[in-house]
Amino acid sequence: MRRALLAGLMIGALALFGGHAAHAAGDAPDVPDQDWQHEGVFGTFDRGELQRGFQVFQEVCSACHSLQYIAFRNLVEIGFTEQEAKAIAAEYEVEDGPDDEGEMFYRPARLSDYWPAPFANDNEARASNGGALPPDLSLIIKAREGGADYVYALMTGYEEEAPEGMELADGMNFNHFFPGQQIAMVAPLYEEAVEYVDGTPMTVEQHARDVTAFLAWTAEPELEERKQTGLKVLIFVFVLTAVLFVIYRRVWAKLH
Amino acid sequence: MADAAPSQDSSSEHAGTRRDFLVLAAGAMGGMAVVGITWPLIETMNPSADVLALASTEVDISQIEEGQVIVVKWRGRPVFIRHRTADEIASAQDVSLDDLSDPQPDAERAPRPQWLIVEGVCTHLGCVPLGSKIGDPRGEFGGWFCPCHGSHYDTSGRIRKGPAPANLPVPTYEFLDDTLVRIG
Amino acid sequence: MTTPVPQNRVAQWIEYRLPIFSWTNKHLVDYPAPRNLNYWWNFGSLAGFMLVLQIVTGVVLAMHYTPHADHAFDSVEHIMRDVEWGWLMRYLHANGASMFFAVVYIHLFRGLYYGSYKSPREILWWMGVIILLLMMASAFMGYVLPWGQMSFWAATVITNMTSAIPWIGETVVTWLWGGFSVDHPTLVRFYALHYLLPFVLFGVVFIHLWALHHRKSNNPLGIDIKSPKDTIPFHPYYTVKDMFGLGVMMFILLIFTFYMPNVLGEVINYEKANPLQTPAHIVPEWYFLPFYAILRAIPDKLGGVVAMVASIAILFILPWLDSSRVRSARFRPIYKWAFWIFVVDCIALGWVGANTPEGNFIWIGQVTTGYYFAHFLIVLPLIAKFERPTPLPESIHQAVLKGGGGGEDAPAAAAEAAPADAAAAEKT
Repeated sequence: MRRALLAGLMIGALALFGGHAAHAAGDAPDVPDQDWQHEGVFGTFDRGELQRGFQVFQEVCSACHSLQYIAFRNLVEIGFTEQEAKAIAAEYEVEDGPDDEGEMFYRPARLSDYWPAPFANDNEARASNGGALPPDLSLIIKAREGGADYVYALMTGYEEEAPEGMELADGMNFNHFFPGQQIAMVAPLYEEAVEYVDGTPMTVEQHARDVTAFLAWTAEPELEERKQTGLKVLIFVFVLTAVLFVIYRRVWAKLH
Repeated sequence: MADAAPSQDSSSEHAGTRRDFLVLAAGAMGGMAVVGITWPLIETMNPSADVLALASTEVDISQIEEGQVIVVKWRGRPVFIRHRTADEIASAQDVSLDDLSDPQPDAERAPRPQWLIVEGVCTHLGCVPLGSKIGDPRGEFGGWFCPCHGSHYDTSGRIRKGPAPANLPVPTYEFLDDTLVRIG
Repeated sequence: MTTPVPQNRVAQWIEYRLPIFSWTNKHLVDYPAPRNLNYWWNFGSLAGFMLVLQIVTGVVLAMHYTPHADHAFDSVEHIMRDVEWGWLMRYLHANGASMFFAVVYIHLFRGLYYGSYKSPREILWWMGVIILLLMMASAFMGYVLPWGQMSFWAATVITNMTSAIPWIGETVVTWLWGGFSVDHPTLVRFYALHYLLPFVLFGVVFIHLWALHHRKSNNPLGIDIKSPKDTIPFHPYYTVKDMFGLGVMMFILLIFTFYMPNVLGEVINYEKANPLQTPAHIVPEWYFLPFYAILRAIPDKLGGVVAMVASIAILFILPWLDSSRVRSARFRPIYKWAFWIFVVDCIALGWVGANTPEGNFIWIGQVTTGYYFAHFLIVLPLIAKFERPTPLPESIHQAVLKGGGGGEDAPAAAAEAAPADAAAAEKT
């Protein structure tokens, strides 16, 4: 009886403490729930989707957003061969140096280099984006309430016009899901924004899905290893605990 | 755990043996758990992925004069790249293998005779031998001299005198073209 | 059972010089524990295990972490992405902190319910309160180390509390910071202390256990051990029970670690610290929420800080506020109610702490804060004075034999309770 009461209280407390999180996103409507392949106990990433998402990032997002924790070597993890990753790296120039003359110089990127940022620093980024700072995207899925659902909602939540009665500030765009519903970023995706080679439909929704999946991977590259290890470890601990319980009961049995 | 079972249940012999088995099973699983926890803890100290990714470096050797040595950093330690003169090549090649404590022909150590590439770490206790800079002592064999405990290396980086047990190791490297070499 | 004097020659050689075998035997094998300890008594050893787990994972993390304002956040991502098993170590450490607090809070409330703070265990109780304070300091400073947005602003808000001290407050804050705001010097000293405090904590745990083994464990009946029949050897009875408890706890911790490693954290802490922009909602980790609510309940800067400090400090004098001679709530019909109301009050405080102080949360926060203190200062002394405890059983042994010892409430009403707790009464 008391145990049940206590359990109830604890569950209630968890629900209450957890509940506050939902309100933190501001006055925007609740983000619709999406199905993601990386969710759940058995979640894994779809390599094809990640590669399409990388393409969207590369051709659209990377013009303004950095991806500072991803190195070209990491692209191997989403299904590119080492040669392909090297070829992608070689398309970019990174600063290196100083050379023997003491000068900094640019050279083609190698696998060990990190994704080059589009702007030299935050001030340049702001200056080029009307005062708004495009955030780094490596961790964006982990750094926003709602995670992947939120980013997908944001990508697909633009409207041409603000609803009646709402005054958009200069240079701002209407988005249902951005806190305050005014966002400096122009709707980044449109039909056929990126040309897929694998025959996947090139809709805004598909682009948004793919790039969101890609960003879920950049935020949690350990996800697959974590979930697969976790399953084995939990089964092991469960069995061990069950055995210990039986021993415990048997050791104690002779006391009574 | 193993002695946790003073199974004196005289009333049921069967329960006793079953508990012994369970205790053994739990002990074995507990052992596995300890190993399973310890192993990742130990593995965290291995070189991390970013360190491994930097394990090769490319060097432009076009600017190195004959007789000059440059020192580049590879995996956090020095690598000597020596543009050998004809004399140095000759003295390295004219040595009888019997005179060497770690016999190795020069041709094996320097496939392109004018370029000698060795790790600049004394095989005794890890100091960096002198001889790369102009004016450095180069030891009795004209190569390198380790100031820590007096090991002498020849122009092929082979140990000739002193406490070091082996030649300066040759890293894996590859000439990408005539002026560019990739170490590692 | 192992014999106290080792047979092995080498062991004898060691034993003669350092009596480690007989010591281990005394405290971990033959230690006479009350035979009626229930599952709530598992949480002490679980807390000890959590401390060890935190130290082990923490040392590994420290090998890869960079205590520098410019590199701390990056080095945490380096741990997550590049270090072998780094993600596991970090998630274990972060969720381990929550598990540690959960276990310690249950341990603490168990002490409250069964009167474990009463004579002759006051010093044991004090050590426990000191352990809680050290845990809070360590957890707070550890939370700052990743140098995310919430790290930075938590550090700013908490250190600013000292500015409430009259006259010298501003000086103290500047001293704490090593500058004019939370910045690199603050981070480095927090790192040094975060590494140090757990070892201090370890020392206090040792004293805690020393006191425990000197006066022996309390038990669900709250009566003293009177004869060897009341006890059973720690090993195998409680070793195996603790192992089982450990399995259950690890199962829960690992579910969090592997499948929801970030649910207890704040998303905004995955954004780098930005001294120019405070996040819209500043919320501490769940284990600080009740104290945070108390801080905000008092509409005065100094008053809030004093109340928050007092909410823990009051535990030090609890043994004298509750002067009832009977320890266990099982025999205290009114205190039992007061205890559960207090639990609800603490959870309500946590709920208030999680929410923005607006509207109803303001008065709810004030009422629950008021009751928190009233529980200790008014309710407990009054209950102690007017409550009529139900009869205590003669001995643990008898109560167990009649079937009331281990599990649920009602103990077999053993005849008129002898002055069972005479020892407890003496000191008051």
